[in-house]
Amino acid sequence: MPLESDKLIIAGREFNSRLMVGTGKYASFQQMAQALEISGAEIITVAVRRVNISDRSKESLLDYIDPKRYTLLPNTAGCYTADDAVRTCRLAREAGLSDFVKLEVLGDEKTLFPDNEELLKAAKILVKEGFTVLPYTSDDVIMCRKLEDIGCAAVMPLGAPIGSGLGIRNPYNIRIILETVKVPVIVDAGVGSASDTAIAMELGCDGVLMNTAIAGAQDPIAMAEAMKLAIIAGRLSYKAGRIPRKLYANASSPIEGLLA
Amino acid sequence: MRVTLNGEPAEIGDNGTIADLLDSLRIGRERVAVEVNLDIVPKAMYDIHRLSEGDKIEVVHFVGGG
Repeated sequence: MPLESDKLIIAGREFNSRLMVGTGKYASFQQMAQALEISGAEIITVAVRRVNISDRSKESLLDYIDPKRYTLLPNTAGCYTADDAVRTCRLAREAGLSDFVKLEVLGDEKTLFPDNEELLKAAKILVKEGFTVLPYTSDDVIMCRKLEDIGCAAVMPLGAPIGSGLGIRNPYNIRIILETVKVPVIVDAGVGSASDTAIAMELGCDGVLMNTAIAGAQDPIAMAEAMKLAIIAGRLSYKAGRIPRKLYANASSPIEGLLA
Repeated sequence: MRVTLNGEPAEIGDNGTIADLLDSLRIGRERVAVEVNLDIVPKAMYDIHRLSEGDKIEVVHFVGGG
């Protein structure tokens, strides 16, 4: 299938890029804007926080991001209960006038692993309120199925803990998730390098969401481009269908006609 | 009058609207969301909704995040 017609579709909306990028941790807004540009990402995540009332001199994120060009995906980072996450999503919708939310409900500060019980609770409420819910979840097959069943528009299992750069720690679970749900499967969190991203895409994932891997690289602009290419390479490789793994060699040159 | 603004005690004009408050803080209304006593106030209400003594007001916006 030609790549141009291989669009990512989430809740009926079409996207050309399968890379989703976060906007945190960059050295400057300028650097972030450059990284976003070169990454080709169309969906970018943002966080919802209090406006700094006492110091109004600081620049705003949205001075550097054109909301008409990018689909903003507000997150609920830092929320540890369903109630807090739901409240944050409602505020995000009012601030951004879009129904798309990256729902995360954390269970623990050290691992930032999701609290799946609270996640499911929040997702149910938000789906009922008309949100397009993209939940960050552990790489748990049953959890992903439940999230799909209650109406989430995608599932976003982690590859490894947020910001860890450990890569896809359980490719077998990701594969089973892919076979289990029909909604897009987007690996969210854990990738550290282009090869990690390509592995996720070669497994058949519909996309990869990352922040630290790009923002924390020594050259974020170069890494943003590397990730863009890795997404494309991994996707094409998946579509092309790889050769089976074999234990022994299989010569590429003919045996016939060898010099005696 | 005394209110709580983004978690901090604040003194604002008596019976002003949300629009008055945002103007005084030089905050554009397009990019924020406002919650008063845990209820979100739609943007269309900013010119109408009058704040009261003791209100707990939250003004949020988007920042960088993953």
